[in-house]
Amino acid sequence: MDGVSNEVLRLRAPRHQVSRKSITLWTLHALIGWAVLLAPQLVVLIFSASPWQVTAAIATLVLGTAHTLVMPRWRYRVHRWEATPDAVYTLAGWLNQEWRIAPVSRIQTVDTKRGPLQQLLGLSTVTVTTASAAGPVLIEGLDHDDAVRLADELTTTTQATPGDAT
Amino acid sequence: MTTDLPAAPEYAEPVVDWHRLDVRMLIVRPLNELIGLVPLFVGLLVLGRGETWRILVSAGVIAAIVLFGLLRWITTRYRITTEQVEMHTGLLVRKRLAVPRDRIRTVDLTAKLGHRLFGLSAIRVGTGQRDQPGEDGLTLDAVSSAEAERLRVLLLTIAKAEAPAVADEGRAGVVLSEWDNRWLRYAPLTLSGLVAAGALFGFVMNFARELDIEVFEPMSEAARWVVAQPLGLTVAVFAGVVLLVATLGSVLVYVVQFWGYRLTREPDDTVRVRRGLLTTRSVSVAEQRLRGVELVEPLLLRAGRGAHAKTVTTGLGRKGESNLLLPPAPVAEAHRVSAEVLRQPDVVDRVAVDRTTADDWATPGSVGDRTADGGADQVVESPTRTPLRRHPVAALRRRMVRAVVPLLVLAAGLAWFAPSWTWQVVLALVPFSAALGWDRYRSLGHALTDRHLLARAGSAVRETVALQRTGIIGWRISRSFFQRRAGLVTITATTAAGNGAYHVIDVAEADGLALADAAVPDLLRPFLELPD
Repeated sequence: MDGVSNEVLRLRAPRHQVSRKSITLWTLHALIGWAVLLAPQLVVLIFSASPWQVTAAIATLVLGTAHTLVMPRWRYRVHRWEATPDAVYTLAGWLNQEWRIAPVSRIQTVDTKRGPLQQLLGLSTVTVTTASAAGPVLIEGLDHDDAVRLADELTTTTQATPGDAT
Repeated sequence: MTTDLPAAPEYAEPVVDWHRLDVRMLIVRPLNELIGLVPLFVGLLVLGRGETWRILVSAGVIAAIVLFGLLRWITTRYRITTEQVEMHTGLLVRKRLAVPRDRIRTVDLTAKLGHRLFGLSAIRVGTGQRDQPGEDGLTLDAVSSAEAERLRVLLLTIAKAEAPAVADEGRAGVVLSEWDNRWLRYAPLTLSGLVAAGALFGFVMNFARELDIEVFEPMSEAARWVVAQPLGLTVAVFAGVVLLVATLGSVLVYVVQFWGYRLTREPDDTVRVRRGLLTTRSVSVAEQRLRGVELVEPLLLRAGRGAHAKTVTTGLGRKGESNLLLPPAPVAEAHRVSAEVLRQPDVVDRVAVDRTTADDWATPGSVGDRTADGGADQVVESPTRTPLRRHPVAALRRRMVRAVVPLLVLAAGLAWFAPSWTWQVVLALVPFSAALGWDRYRSLGHALTDRHLLARAGSAVRETVALQRTGIIGWRISRSFFQRRAGLVTITATTAAGNGAYHVIDVAEADGLALADAAVPDLLRPFLELPD
């Protein structure tokens, strides 16, 4: 198609990495998740320690540790974003990865959002919605100032584009 | 805006004063609600011995319903200005709804039995805005059928950006497809009969228990008698009865839902579907807002060479069947209807073409063979018939692994824990599952025409979507861990219409990217790694 040989066609990585503090955020998320899973098992272990329960608890601990150590770093290497005058382009995930592209002309709203942990770390998520019911394009783990600047920039370009974005 | 047009259509005159719903709703609404409450009244009046409190409660309920209907009628007003449709409603919780007229995508007229007896129709205006779920559009329940028809034409005319400069009055719609008694043979292939029979059985049993009618004793008698018969006979009789009930039920459901089905293209460039035996339904979609067509072939229906079709459009709720384009019918008819509906009108050319070839449009025989004589690129052959590109063998491998491995794991688990016949049964299922996997692979396919992106997937329910390339508002390219190893990706086109996202599953990475790049020019190109 247009002389581009199919064999070598690949998506390039988006230009910008997310903030390094995201690693801390994802680690905290993983820790909380595994703690919720492990705590009841430990409580049970105090009262009765059958071999099955010990095995299950150890398995949870090993899996949880591995996940908590590997996932945040892996994610940090994958997660990237880019905003051109024409489109927003993101890559997210770790084992399963997803690229999302939304043309600026189809953007309906741009929001920034920060949960309690993100506020603690000074991070923000930028949410770019289009008219599709399939869900927004998310850029997680930006420095709060960068996020606000990006959102402003996108809002300005979106407003300058005519049409109702459907 | 309309002042510089030579002859503005008369019906486009804005209505600025407030209107009420039709006064007959004072009777119809309570009637509709009372019908739903019949079991309650039976319980209150028939079962008791006429105690005073039962009569009082019944009278109270009726009074409340009538009063509620009255309040609703008094508090509900609507008006249509040049800019928007406004509705005010509610006494305690006041709601003021306003829908800008240029956002109107669809108009849906529904007349339940009660409405029809009094010549009324409820009208729902769809906008396709999904900012607040459940708040999509506006419903006037109900106005007189004549008023509903007037509103339908009025709302959809101004909904278009450029209103044609000819008076469309007097020109009837072009019939694209119509009810055919032979289609009834597809009814038993839809399984709707089984569902209906099951629901009816449940309802009757429930009601019988409420009324303290003894059904279990005679039924268990019957069951004992059946068990006493030889096994083969029992199975045969049971299968026969189920088959008979399912067939009759599905034909009944088909007739009730689709009787009088009629698909037309109206002079105001809307596609309109009318259908229904008891509740009649008329759904109009502004043709400019039509983003594509989806062909659905459930396994049984596909075996009988049948299919049904849905529109891919903004402004229709995803619940219900309001996006229905064609009921279960021959697959050839589905292709033909898709082609007819997807024909993109070039508004300027259309006006000229319509005048000269108006007769051709009404002749069913010439419909399929019509050539492009107006617009430069009118679709003649159905895009849904486009030969699809197969997906790589790796996709077959993935289908097979998914079909077989879970069963093998289950069999291994059962062999360990359960009696030996269970894992044998599971193993016997493997060939069927593998056949389904093979069929799932055969279903996978994609293609690109000059106007549409085509994607097909599924075996139990095979869905082929033809999505307008200009309706694509973004891409998602996802790759799971296993897809990465197999060199595959899933390409998802997001759109404002229909499901919101349509997938091209398990396509070779380079092919998929080339497809997405070609489908929407310049969107993906800046992010592709081009060869040196």
